[in-house]
Amino acid sequence: MHTDHDDAHEWLDAEAGPLVRSYAVTGGRARPGAGLFDLVTYVVAAPAGQRRNAVHLQPEHRAILEHAREPISVAELTSRAGFALGVVRVLLADLLDEGAVIRMAPAVAPGHVPDDDILQAVILGLRHA
Amino acid sequence: MRDDRARSVPTAIKILVAGGFGAGKTTMVGTVSEILPLHTEEVLTSASAHSDDLSGVEAKRTTTVTMDFGRITIGDSAVLYLFGTPGQDRFWFLWDELAIGALGAVVLADTRRLADSFPSIDYFERRRIPFVVAVNCFHGHQQFEIPAVRNALSLDPDVPVVLTDARDRKSGREVLVTLIEHVRAITLGQAHTVVGTPG
Repeated sequence: MHTDHDDAHEWLDAEAGPLVRSYAVTGGRARPGAGLFDLVTYVVAAPAGQRRNAVHLQPEHRAILEHAREPISVAELTSRAGFALGVVRVLLADLLDEGAVIRMAPAVAPGHVPDDDILQAVILGLRHA
Repeated sequence: MRDDRARSVPTAIKILVAGGFGAGKTTMVGTVSEILPLHTEEVLTSASAHSDDLSGVEAKRTTTVTMDFGRITIGDSAVLYLFGTPGQDRFWFLWDELAIGALGAVVLADTRRLADSFPSIDYFERRRIPFVVAVNCFHGHQQFEIPAVRNALSLDPDVPVVLTDARDRKSGREVLVTLIEHVRAITLGQAHTVVGTPG
């Protein structure tokens, strides 16, 4: 077990790359399709009947599903689940493969400016909220 | 794609809050919105790495990079998401991903350290991301007038420069309004009419 006093990482070398504890959850996988799960992409847990194969889900996957009962942005989901963003993305990709999570279409295509009536509503909201 | 088009999601508007270390990013995000901690990545840090805001954790092998993340809900239709960019240069790799799809950015400037905002300004100029410069006057006085700041930062004449107090909710929100008006002006061109003014 690694402790802060343990400076001799003889089982790590340059080829091993950085070892980061939270990625043990993901089997060392990192950053699958950041484009799939942007910070403001909304996801929601799929109804139980739609899930193909829930037996492989780890507790971390279940934690993600718990927080995604209602549509939620990836940023908020990450904050509430308490995992690092990169980890959440790996878990979400797994859940997407399992059919356990649904990635929702954005109201405005990425890179596009929202309609002007929405921007005007935001300005009024910022001033009066 | 397993997009579910039948369910509607609010229009998510991503705004970046940038600026040098200590310019007031955390303060501003926290003042204008409900703030939530967002752990972006865990990265390795060497024991010798110089660190401004992570002092005391140098002995650890990993560092959690935490961004400021705030949310402002506007009725049922829109949600503003504010992301404070990591202030340390070595975490700039996080910026590119943050910047994707951003409506625009606020660059907070501290007149005592104006040069600290150069990297942010360069970044948004190069990527053609609309931005405004907000001079944080939280010290109760500003050392420069706005034209002097504009000149010192070599800003394009179209880029708005405003004074703000990052601790003041109304002031911070007005900076966001300035940014959105700037985006509208770019998008609409001549047809742009500022919200809340006649004709």
